[in-house]
Amino acid sequence: MTTPSHFPGKLPGQQNQKQRPAKQVITGAEAVILSLIEAGVDTIFGYPGGAIMPVYDALYDYHDKINHVLVRHEQGASHAAQGYARVNKKTGVCLVTSGPGATNLVTGIADALIDSTPMVCISGQVPRHLLGSDAFQETDIIGITMPITKWSYQITEPEEIPWAIARAFYIANSGRPGPVMLDITKNAELGTLEYEYQPCTHIRSYIPVPETDPHALQQAAELINQAKKPYLLVGHGVLISEAQQQLRAFIEKTGIPFGWTIMGLSAMPNNHPLNTGMLGMHGNYGPNIKTNECDVLIAVGMRFDDRVTGNTDFYAKQAKIIHIEIDKAEIDKNIKVDVPLLGDAKAVLQKLLPLVEEKSYPEWLQEFRECERIEYEKIIHHDIHPSSEGLHMGEVIHLISEKTEGKAIIVPDVGQHQMAACRYYKFADTDGMVTSGGLGTMGFALPAAIGAKIAQPQREVIAIIGDGCFQMTIQELGVIAQDKLPVKMVILNNNFLGMVRQWQQLFFDKRYSFTELVNPDFVAITQGYGIPAKRVSTRDKLSDSIEEMLKSEGPFLLEVVVEKEANVFPMVPSGAAISDIRLE
Amino acid sequence: MQKTFTISVFTENVPGLLHRITTVFTRRKINLESFTASESETEDIYRFTIVVKMNSREEVLRVVRQIDKIIGVFNAFIHEDEEVVHREVALYKMPTKTLVNGKLENIIRAHNARILSVEPEYLVIEKTGRHDETQELLQKLKPYGVMEFVRSGLVAVMKRPYSLEKYTQKEPAVHS
Ligand SMILES: Cc1ncc(C[n+]2csc(CCOP(=O)(O)OP(=O)(O)O)c2C)c(N)n1
Repeated sequence: MTTPSHFPGKLPGQQNQKQRPAKQVITGAEAVILSLIEAGVDTIFGYPGGAIMPVYDALYDYHDKINHVLVRHEQGASHAAQGYARVNKKTGVCLVTSGPGATNLVTGIADALIDSTPMVCISGQVPRHLLGSDAFQETDIIGITMPITKWSYQITEPEEIPWAIARAFYIANSGRPGPVMLDITKNAELGTLEYEYQPCTHIRSYIPVPETDPHALQQAAELINQAKKPYLLVGHGVLISEAQQQLRAFIEKTGIPFGWTIMGLSAMPNNHPLNTGMLGMHGNYGPNIKTNECDVLIAVGMRFDDRVTGNTDFYAKQAKIIHIEIDKAEIDKNIKVDVPLLGDAKAVLQKLLPLVEEKSYPEWLQEFRECERIEYEKIIHHDIHPSSEGLHMGEVIHLISEKTEGKAIIVPDVGQHQMAACRYYKFADTDGMVTSGGLGTMGFALPAAIGAKIAQPQREVIAIIGDGCFQMTIQELGVIAQDKLPVKMVILNNNFLGMVRQWQQLFFDKRYSFTELVNPDFVAITQGYGIPAKRVSTRDKLSDSIEEMLKSEGPFLLEVVVEKEANVFPMVPSGAAISDIRLE
Repeated sequence: MQKTFTISVFTENVPGLLHRITTVFTRRKINLESFTASESETEDIYRFTIVVKMNSREEVLRVVRQIDKIIGVFNAFIHEDEEVVHREVALYKMPTKTLVNGKLENIIRAHNARILSVEPEYLVIEKTGRHDETQELLQKLKPYGVMEFVRSGLVAVMKRPYSLEKYTQKEPAVHS
């Protein structure tokens, strides 16, 4: 490979700009802060250290313009930035030092990539002349993060800073959003430049939104108009493109029943008459069975994840598949589609709407209702109105859902409690679900709830956390205490790594290999942070305890002791066809 | 049965792209048969030529779409053998004494190779051709004692016309 020719002197694609007189001469560190402000940043999640200290010093003068949230571990910063980004569509920002500060972001960056979350991570780096010398806290963070970022760039000269930051924000939050890594060597922070910020609006080698083929639109409309049993899948893309209204118009005109992925949850209210429920491994019975019976399948902004499709050899083989998708690389990646509709979901649905006929499918819809009846009798009823003594995750979520009228932002962690939250919280408002879908990162919820609360202070934010997950990022209680963030936390404590234990029970002959936890006193720990907390373990006190949590003004942690060995059903065993979904 | 595919990738000249492109293959455990890079006919636009063995064009297409979406990549094209004109260069270092009876010269001539340099101890033969041709010459030379052998990555030009025009205009300046 050739040496970079673009700097100094010329940045890729940059033209000689007209000389404008009297530019400010400032340090690179200050340019970082000013550029972030220009890019519209009002919140940063970060943690200081040697290589980023000049930027922190510059931040000191701008703390009225930028709210810096001091996390307790950089992984917390990454998930908080994700939570922030997911509920308000702005780019989340992390600021960390070199070496361990940067590597602690890695899990969050991988999570943001797979869940298409706009994020800009800025790390300090050793001075340029020490690069490659194994200097103190030097690590090749650009090399490490290249496979998990949408773009990355190492800044080694102060002049590059405004350019790189403008580009980072444009890339992170256009097209299919994703994380960007910027690594700034200390000499670039300390050196000076003639500061000028120009937003980035175009990169010649980057097409954020591909064009929609008008023939494909016609083809799709024909398939839809001729369908007898059409089914529509709502993915995260609907939320990202803010296509809720267009989707609703489309669904209501065509009368097509829809299901959703956990990332698409809350894009349409749960009580919509055409809602049929959740897809995938622990999804509802009907959506899984009927995916393999429909004649036309319309996927909107989703990527046929294996947790959704089960064994792809037996996935919707009978159906013609229409895939509305912004990322060309997703077309035919997991599932071969008949009609790809490239483009932004909102625009594509808008174009499709006039081409489709007004219809309804009462008999087809009735088939879903029949599946619901079976699932209700076998599973749901026992989950939300259990007759057993121990508390069930399902009933806890059900009560929270009723008491908040489905309007809260729910931030589940990963495991059984996550599935319970997705299944039993009935969303009335959009952007209500923030969860780690693609990566399944335990420890995501607490910091993500912090980010979500900062982004949407007027909404109730409730983290639903397992006892295993809680201990992965428990230290972020410190942020909630220090910044007085009224985040509600519900710990569903079964004293097990429940989801893994469930698999051990079902597929490993009940050999519970290292899944039982001896837990600390979560209430005492939380109170130690100065946060009110309470434990409940009986049904008669559950409702009042939830009320108390919701009524409290500030943060509150409610630990609910639940049945130790309960399972989440239905379940598609891994490797099975979705139509082989098990009800017990 | 695996088939050989050549992929041409046109990119910006920026650091890191090589790594981004190779990880598309390595994370899927696809072995690269050969990988070359050079500037294209357009200033500042680079061209990678990648050779892989894969099962089907569809499978290659899935990978190429992942390359296509890398920021800094303009476009990537897939070719099967008959869609490109391609060559490799091979160098063979032989003991000079093997020249004496004229047999070696006959082989060199028959294979359209040439002698690049002759030193007292060794001589260097150059052969440009397809992979099988440079391989065949290697087999012929082996009995004479090959001291060193090296082959370049494959370079290829497409038979069909292509255009990068829609990408190659400079990015608009903000103050214009
Ligand atoms: C970082 C990480 N490590 C391991 C796992 C594998 N894993 C998935 S769910 C789970 C158990 C979660 O336990 P807990 O938080 O108690 O929730 P529960 O399933 O009991 O509701 C584990 C270990 C993971 N998803 N993420």
